[in-house]
Amino acid sequence: MNRPSSKLFVRTELIPAKTPPLSEIGVAKWVRENLFSNTLNSILTILSFFLIYWLLAQILPWMTQGVWEAGSLNECRKIRESLGESTNVACWAVINERWNQLLFGFYPPESYWRPILALILFSFAISPVLFISVRKELYLLTFTSPFLCYWLLWGNTVWGPVSAAFSFLLGILLFQQISRSKLSILSVPITFVFVVLYWWFLLTPVAEQLDSFIPISLTYIPSKEFGGFMLALIIGITGIILSLPIGILLALGRQSKLLIINKICVFFIEIIRGVPLIVWLFTASLLLNYFLPPGTNFDLMLRVVIMVTLFASAYMAEVIRGGLAALPVGQHEGSSSLGLNYWQSMRLIILPQALKISIPGIVNTFIGLFKDTTLVVFIGLLDPIGLSNAIRATTDWNGIYWELFIFIGLLFFVCCFSMSRYSQFLERRLQTEHR
Amino acid sequence: MKKLFLSCLSVALLGGIAMAGGHEKGTLAAVKERGKLVCGSNTGLVGFAAPDASGNWQGFDVDMCRAVAAAVLGDPSAVEYVPLTTGTRFTALASGEVDMLSRNTTWTFSRDVDLKFEFTGVNYYDGQGFMVPKSLGVTSATELDGATVCIQTGTTTELNLADFFRVNGMNYEPVPVETNSEAQQQYLANACDVYTTDASGLAATRASFENPGDHVVLPEIISKEPLGPLVRHGDHEWGDVVRWSLNAMVAAEEYGVTSQNVAEMAKGTNNPEINRLLGSEGNLGEMLGLSPDWARNIISTVGNYGESFERNIGSSTPIGLARGLNAQWTDGGLLYSPPFR
Amino acid sequence: MMKVTEPPKPLFQLRQLIYDTKYRSLTVQAIAMCLLVLFFSWLVNNTIQNLTALGKDFDFGFLTNIAGYDINQRLIEYSSTSTHGRAALVGILNTLLVAVLGCALATMIGIVAGVLRLSKNWIIARLMTIYVEGFRNVPLLLWILIIFAVMTESTPGPRDFRAGGSASMMLFDSVAISNRGVYIPFPVWGEGSGILIFVFLLSLISVWIFKRIAASRQQQTGIILPTFWISTGIVIISSIMTFFVLGQPVSLDYPTLGGFNFRGGLQLRNSLIALWLALSLYTGAFIAEIVRSGILSVSKGQTEAAYALGLRPNRTMNLVILPQALRVIIPPLISQYLNLTKNSSLAIAVGYMDVRSTLGGITINQTGRELEGMLMLGLFYLLASLVISAVMNIYNNSVKLKGR
Repeated sequence: MNRPSSKLFVRTELIPAKTPPLSEIGVAKWVRENLFSNTLNSILTILSFFLIYWLLAQILPWMTQGVWEAGSLNECRKIRESLGESTNVACWAVINERWNQLLFGFYPPESYWRPILALILFSFAISPVLFISVRKELYLLTFTSPFLCYWLLWGNTVWGPVSAAFSFLLGILLFQQISRSKLSILSVPITFVFVVLYWWFLLTPVAEQLDSFIPISLTYIPSKEFGGFMLALIIGITGIILSLPIGILLALGRQSKLLIINKICVFFIEIIRGVPLIVWLFTASLLLNYFLPPGTNFDLMLRVVIMVTLFASAYMAEVIRGGLAALPVGQHEGSSSLGLNYWQSMRLIILPQALKISIPGIVNTFIGLFKDTTLVVFIGLLDPIGLSNAIRATTDWNGIYWELFIFIGLLFFVCCFSMSRYSQFLERRLQTEHR
Repeated sequence: MKKLFLSCLSVALLGGIAMAGGHEKGTLAAVKERGKLVCGSNTGLVGFAAPDASGNWQGFDVDMCRAVAAAVLGDPSAVEYVPLTTGTRFTALASGEVDMLSRNTTWTFSRDVDLKFEFTGVNYYDGQGFMVPKSLGVTSATELDGATVCIQTGTTTELNLADFFRVNGMNYEPVPVETNSEAQQQYLANACDVYTTDASGLAATRASFENPGDHVVLPEIISKEPLGPLVRHGDHEWGDVVRWSLNAMVAAEEYGVTSQNVAEMAKGTNNPEINRLLGSEGNLGEMLGLSPDWARNIISTVGNYGESFERNIGSSTPIGLARGLNAQWTDGGLLYSPPFR
Repeated sequence: MMKVTEPPKPLFQLRQLIYDTKYRSLTVQAIAMCLLVLFFSWLVNNTIQNLTALGKDFDFGFLTNIAGYDINQRLIEYSSTSTHGRAALVGILNTLLVAVLGCALATMIGIVAGVLRLSKNWIIARLMTIYVEGFRNVPLLLWILIIFAVMTESTPGPRDFRAGGSASMMLFDSVAISNRGVYIPFPVWGEGSGILIFVFLLSLISVWIFKRIAASRQQQTGIILPTFWISTGIVIISSIMTFFVLGQPVSLDYPTLGGFNFRGGLQLRNSLIALWLALSLYTGAFIAEIVRSGILSVSKGQTEAAYALGLRPNRTMNLVILPQALRVIIPPLISQYLNLTKNSSLAIAVGYMDVRSTLGGITINQTGRELEGMLMLGLFYLLASLVISAVMNIYNNSVKLKGR
């Protein structure tokens, strides 16, 4: 028998790979795995698609076909009727007419550049705090910007804020001098007393003197004119910045071994955190005048800022306490073994690390505080929600809701979302640095 | 240690003394010195107080503030408006945060006596009424047994409503809402059968509806709501200024002085009352501690009572309120200014 | 023997108060205490001065005066002739009601959303992300207003339920969803309902005993009894049998349309529902994130090990993953509960009569007693916060890893 050569059955080259079945490539695979992997998932997917379609079908035409040009709600309604019997479209004209009021309140329009410039300045100023490494020159801006922003927003003579900044500068110099002298132990109280006395007796005279030599000033704008989104931003930002030092002190106090100091801090933090912000705001507007000497009166916005600051500092203290607790004990021990005293070790070793870990928490506290600024509407400040009520009180726009709600909601969403994204980014970055 | 303690103590005390130093003086002097009147206004009430697109406050109550500013400072725009909620208005006035309150506030015994305020007159005679959809077929408030009633919280209307239904032996379900605009929304969506508030507010609200004709305001007025400006108890000099600013507007209408003819009339007329009012005769302004042309300033800039009424809430506006009780006494209304002499 | 001479005890010098670290801490504390006392006496002194200047006193007597206003939702008897104190109590109960309801629903929403956000289903995960981000980044007050407005606008008014109207009642004409609230049947406890409740409680106890028996059986033999079905059976069958044996002692009061409105049944007011939903959805978004990070914090090896032991997926979740995740979840969950309780003070925005609206709103407004009212309000919230955190901390300690 002639056997056929076995060679015939032996392949010498590989079979080219077959194309995978249609369900295993590209879109089909993705769809199958991510949308229809089993019965339950398929049902959920279909339901979700239906929900999205239904929502969009309701909202999109209403939003996109909205009326932008009208002088009042009634004009809007007329235009709406002219479009057809059952058309229901948004009346964006109210936003068109009042958007600058919603953003800036009653701030004079010719001065809108001032808050905008202040915001830009501020965002540059905080960059050293947020983006860990920047050029050294920016630190100068960080220290001067609070005074500059104050001047830009409220106006009046530039020398007031300069004089205030001067007091702190003098205070720092004084502190350094005393620290080197025999009285070093008293450096903190003496500096404190000095700054307080300066504010009491010298602040305005110095500013007035300087102003009479070189008058530089912007039109004064009282805080009554502040409103809208700007007000929310100012209250939020001032609250968070001022609460940072207080929060650090409270956190240190809460960790302190000194019994009385510890108890005072714990008490303060728990009382503030146990009561809702709205009650504190009412306290600011209704009761603060009782607690201050008869005859003292300062404006509501300042009172709100003070209350918000106290409120935020209690939350800040807890965030920073978390940061302090996250540091390994070795850091404390290491710094004491170098012979550093408490304040030195805190300033040079502990706090820089603890604060860095706490930045995401601080940003989150800020987002929370920023959203909570809407509560000032209950004590009559015209934040965006308060303004939306005021706008509805004009005969032109009486009866309009959704357009204002959506606009305000979007403003807040854009701000808070970008900030929360930023804090997440920071968290990831800090995590890798510590591993 | 001792030194330190003493220094701390002295700082604390110094602070206390220095802050207590700012002594109160009369409101009139304070307003003149400041060059601005601080006026507590509504956070937004159709026709009575609302900001326009450029942020200027307008309305009937706002005109009262402008009149006082015109009388004291000669400039009706020298007013700082402090929007106040129903909850914060009295504290703001009591604590001196605002010089006067012109915020559709009802003059009641307890507010006048217990809360220590002084109502300086009535700039709008109001009363609480009910609005219902026409389709409900209700013609009288006594048919409202079992109804759901929308009501703004923190006002006297709440108490009146409770009293009215209790007296008539009827049941109701209150739906409290924070602001007028929310009440409006609730009412329009039929979440409540009835909306109750001051009759002026009802008219203003109804005017803004898409179909005002579908709603009726019931004939019953269940309360007296004299709305007026108020000041702190005890500062009579200031109280007089606010009281007579209002009276000047009322009297001007009675005597036919308007913003158009006031310049003419100020030169002197043969009516001594007008002459005294406008300062060309006598020294009424001086008695108030104001300039002789104080009333002239009010009328030339803000107008008389009738002009202000027509401009903000009168029949030519969308709100379209009739004068009713707020007509001059000569026309059968309640407006009656004491004589200027 | 050597004699140890005692070193001469140094005389205490005043300067040691500052330069000796031992005493310095005492000095600092003494100063702090002094400053604090000074500060408070300053505050109190000012307050007294201001009060006398205004001619007011500090007196809680107003609580016994007649309130004069009505409250629509009350868990206890109240009318406009009741006292301000009673009104405050009604408000407190309403606050607690919405807080408890809110915490429960927020937890449920949070767990579902948190788990679904990790789902492999792309669109579900995306939808949940949108939900979480949307609610977390817009102020709660705005959400409350929006949800209230949506509920008012999208649900029919009672008028539409009339014959020929566009709406109808659901579930055999027993439930009506209107823009005044949801009306549901309410049980009327008749004669003999006490026995029914007793039997029901008894069945619950027997279920508990049965579960213990089943657990010990599983420990000994490894056989797992279908506890869920058996225990449901015990509760339902015994209760239903007693119900019919006793001749249906509990009947339902159905809501019916009469006059202006629905009558009978139980009305869940729109303000309550809107506030409840808004608080739960808002807090739920935060809880979802907590749950998600809790689940992610359990290492993958735990799941794999559980599978290797032959546990089924749901048992893996229940017995291995969740108990470990819970430890990470609970502490932040406590603070979310606290936030929800405090946020319930926004009830005023929808006119829900919580303690902030009654005591802190209308009462203060009508009596002018802001100092006393705010003080009481603050103390109530503080107490509520302390109680919640105490209770939750006890729970937290019970699930915490022990012995580490």
